[in-house]
Amino acid sequence: MPQTQPLFLARRSYRRRRMMDAVRLLPFFGTVLLLLPLLWRPAETPEPDTARGVIYLFTTWVVLIIAALVLSRGLAPGLLDAEEPVSPGPETEPHNGAG
Amino acid sequence: MRGKHVVLIEDELNIAEAIRFILTRAGAAVTHLATGTDSTAVLLREKPDVLVLDVMLPDRSGLEILSEIRAIPELATLAVLMLTARGQSRDREAAERAGANAFLAKPFANSDLLAQVRTLAEGGT
Amino acid sequence: MPFNILVAVSLTYVAVLFGVAFVAERRAIGGRAGWLRLPLVYTLSLSIYCTAWTFYGAVGYAARSGLEFLTIYLGPTLVFVGWWWVLRKLVRIGRAQRVTSIADLISSRYGKSNFLGVVVTVIAVLAATPYIALQLQSVTLSFGVFASDTPEGWAVPDQGATALWVAAGLALFTILFGTRNLDANERHHGIVMAIAVEAVVKLIALLAVGLFVVWGVAGGVADILARIDASPIADWELKPGRWAGLTFVSAAAILTLPRMFQVMVVENADERHVATASWAFPLYLMLMSLFVVPIAVVGLSIMPEGSNPDLFVLTIPLSQGAGKLALLAFLGGFSSATSMVIVAAIALSTMVSNHIVTPLWLALRVGSARAPGDVRGLVLMSRRLSIAAVLALGYTYYHLSGGSAALASIGLISFVGVAQVLPAMMGGIYWRGATHVGAAMGLITGFAIWLYCLFLPSFGPNGLLSARLIAEGPFGIDWLRPHALFGITGLDPLLHALLWSMLLNTGAFLIGSLSSFPGPMERLQGVAFVNIFDQSSGPGSWTRSAAEAEDLLSMSQRILGAEEAQRFFQAQATAQGKAGLLPDPTPDFIARLERQLAGSVGAATSHAMIAQLSGGTTVSVQDLIAVAGEAQQIKEYSAQLEAKSEELARTARALREANEKLTELSVQKDGFLSQISHELRTPMTSIRAFSEILMESDLPEDMRAKYAGIIHDETRRLTRLLDDLLDLSVLENRKVQLNIGVANLHDILNKAIVAASNTRPERMFVVQRDASTEHMPVFTDTDRLLQVFINVISNARKYCDAERAVLRIEVKKRGGQAQIDFIDNGSGIPKKVQALIFEKFARLTDTSHAGGAGLGLAICREIMANLGGSIEYLPGQGGAAFRVRLPLKLSA
Repeated sequence: MPQTQPLFLARRSYRRRRMMDAVRLLPFFGTVLLLLPLLWRPAETPEPDTARGVIYLFTTWVVLIIAALVLSRGLAPGLLDAEEPVSPGPETEPHNGAG
Repeated sequence: MRGKHVVLIEDELNIAEAIRFILTRAGAAVTHLATGTDSTAVLLREKPDVLVLDVMLPDRSGLEILSEIRAIPELATLAVLMLTARGQSRDREAAERAGANAFLAKPFANSDLLAQVRTLAEGGT
Repeated sequence: MPFNILVAVSLTYVAVLFGVAFVAERRAIGGRAGWLRLPLVYTLSLSIYCTAWTFYGAVGYAARSGLEFLTIYLGPTLVFVGWWWVLRKLVRIGRAQRVTSIADLISSRYGKSNFLGVVVTVIAVLAATPYIALQLQSVTLSFGVFASDTPEGWAVPDQGATALWVAAGLALFTILFGTRNLDANERHHGIVMAIAVEAVVKLIALLAVGLFVVWGVAGGVADILARIDASPIADWELKPGRWAGLTFVSAAAILTLPRMFQVMVVENADERHVATASWAFPLYLMLMSLFVVPIAVVGLSIMPEGSNPDLFVLTIPLSQGAGKLALLAFLGGFSSATSMVIVAAIALSTMVSNHIVTPLWLALRVGSARAPGDVRGLVLMSRRLSIAAVLALGYTYYHLSGGSAALASIGLISFVGVAQVLPAMMGGIYWRGATHVGAAMGLITGFAIWLYCLFLPSFGPNGLLSARLIAEGPFGIDWLRPHALFGITGLDPLLHALLWSMLLNTGAFLIGSLSSFPGPMERLQGVAFVNIFDQSSGPGSWTRSAAEAEDLLSMSQRILGAEEAQRFFQAQATAQGKAGLLPDPTPDFIARLERQLAGSVGAATSHAMIAQLSGGTTVSVQDLIAVAGEAQQIKEYSAQLEAKSEELARTARALREANEKLTELSVQKDGFLSQISHELRTPMTSIRAFSEILMESDLPEDMRAKYAGIIHDETRRLTRLLDDLLDLSVLENRKVQLNIGVANLHDILNKAIVAASNTRPERMFVVQRDASTEHMPVFTDTDRLLQVFINVISNARKYCDAERAVLRIEVKKRGGQAQIDFIDNGSGIPKKVQALIFEKFARLTDTSHAGGAGLGLAICREIMANLGGSIEYLPGQGGAAFRVRLPLKLSA
């Protein structure tokens, strides 16, 4: 099935690129979520809501952890071949790929 | 071998001394050259009966000297015994091609040397 | 619990850690580091972020300021989930540049400026000292809690003594495992493994206490939530400035704390571990924080009024009679404190030693007389002393501050201090325009403001700054008050210092960088750091060009077949020094691709296709791909045939090459064998001839003696030849057992000259030397070196044909090498044979018949190669001249 493989490859690398975007955006997303409590006025609300605050913050935390888990699972395998060797790998023939 | 004249070209002084002793004891006169540099001139002057020639000389190869000798008409028939310390059959063939009459590998038995020189000296006259 | 049992438990625990570190170190040395390199171990080692300040202090913090304590863990969480930005880059740079510490990173980035290294080191040491004191205090306090109300057993020694013992023990442990080797990349497997174990212990301990509190003391989750809202903690007020500021400063600190940099970057063995840590480390932090509020709430409600909330983790289980749990908690706190101190001491000692002690020592040494430099030993020693000094400083600080409550806030003060490195660091890895002038200005500005506004006042009124100065400003200058710089009042001191130090630090950094000009080294390093992932194109153009390369690949696969296209692209990427499938679409690459495609579809079509994708003309990509699809089917069949014949051709080529090589080897071997044959047969000829003469005839006595003498000489020559041959064969195979020792070069030369005087002893031979240059110790196989010298000197005695032979010996030191020249005043060696003299049996015109088979120099050359040096002929010196080079210290 020579026709399907290139498409698959393109899609896979497309996904990888979008995952890179996502992992870059994740800290900003997290910052916004964690700074949201600035808008609360815990002392001004009549009912105590510290427990809710605890639940909110820990939920956000877990969400960030899970997102990071999913993204790192997706990106880690590529890390080895895409960027591992700091020095160029073993010499291969520069052209005549079949030779 | 009385009255026979042998020229010896050999760079190893100890070996030359041994050969000179063996041949002199048998009655031959021996002229020794430690290098091959002016060998042809000496040979032309001395007109020996036999030339004993070492293959490996420091300045030039014994085979080279031999070819040179054979190219000179007066020396073309001079009886030559080649000595070699490498003892490979290739050397023997090379020596024959270059025109050696006999060939002896080092180390040799003194009797063999004497017999070879004697044969060459008598065959030559 | 009796104090002696507590001590016994602690000691046992430390012994186990010793064992773990020892085994890990052993395995790492034996190359069996397998499980030492698990991403889990890396993540756990990061947990030194959670010190005793977390383990005990977080509960106290929560009891005093509600949820604000979470910012200390949320900041690092953001940094880790955003690993793709900074961590990945830091780790890559750390690897590529072999960075040894954060001071080294900054120094290396800004043109290897040691001044910056010193500044960062000073900041780090100053910020870490109180922090180490805090750890000593926590261990001391926790001992105190346990042993306070137990009459039996030993009496609790005074707290200072406990702290002293702990500090000394930690120094010992750190020196043992932290300075065992001087690896280029500074990894410490033993310590990393030990702190990973400690990380598990402290997590389990805190979770156990938490579970006990929630389900043992309180009535489960719902009850706890209700208690939270009913407790005094519910009255906490979120201060927006502090919330954002602390999140920022903790995020900065995780990148700039020397101990975090040590485990995160220096000890990192594999970049993929960072990917794992991106979620696993936040998870660890989250679990460590999970029960903090419940413990604080329960502690506040059940513990007597006025008890220290910083010790609730210990005192709650104790008050409930759960002694074993309390002991576990004690070990958890002990782990938190010790692991922090150990890693901090290693990181700081590396910095102190590399940036202060060693440069200082080298600078001082230049002025003094030349001394043999064992820098390695010096560095190890200075590391050890630095570790001891760092711990001594921590202890002194603890002792002077008297374990006061002032220590409690030191964690955040320390964070703000190390955060001063952030602008120089981030600027350094993202901005090529950052210069060392800017970095120095920023660092010093930030450091000064931190000192003045936060660190010095932290010793309290009339501590290091007078109360009057704090209240009214220096000389009564109002706008210079440490807590109200430039008239900004109403901020809390921490936030105030953070704001001004970071603003002015960054400002100075930017202005300094923009207005100064970087040196060449600095610019090189700037490019290497900023463009670490892609040296050829800037980060901006990367996405676009990669997309293009991807399109090109997608098209080429249709034409060349998937496998071949991928192989071609990969080879091109490798040739460009990139990993992965997609090379940069440089003009060169595109030209090659075009040629490659032209082989399949013809030059014109190929050109059109490439132009389409890289230039953008009117034909659509879809059209081209369709065309390519048709062409592909035709290509496929012929490609198969071609592949087969190429395979054959390749095999034939390989065989031909192998054959040529064998032939060449065989020729060399034949030549060598016939040489050996000649050299052996020559003495044997004399021996045989003369022994026959001796056997046959009655010779006069004098001739007998003479011939026997010849036989004897020739036998010795034969033996010497065989010895030389064996020697050479061993040396050539590099199987020689070197016997490394140390000796003065001068003495070796003396011995060689004496030994060589046996050669032609009758000869008048003058040796000229300059003894003052010869005195230097050499670590090498001195016997072998002597052999070389004897050989060279004997050769000079043998072959120097001058009437009055003179040999000049000149010694120079060149870097880590000694260079010894032997120059005689003879006629030298003709140019055409200079290249041959080191070959086997290369005896030149041996008219003087000096014995030896022409192996001498060949052996010398092999010996010098074995000793890591060289010997060569030095042309143009007037006579024969040989230059021997050898490393002063042979690396085994």
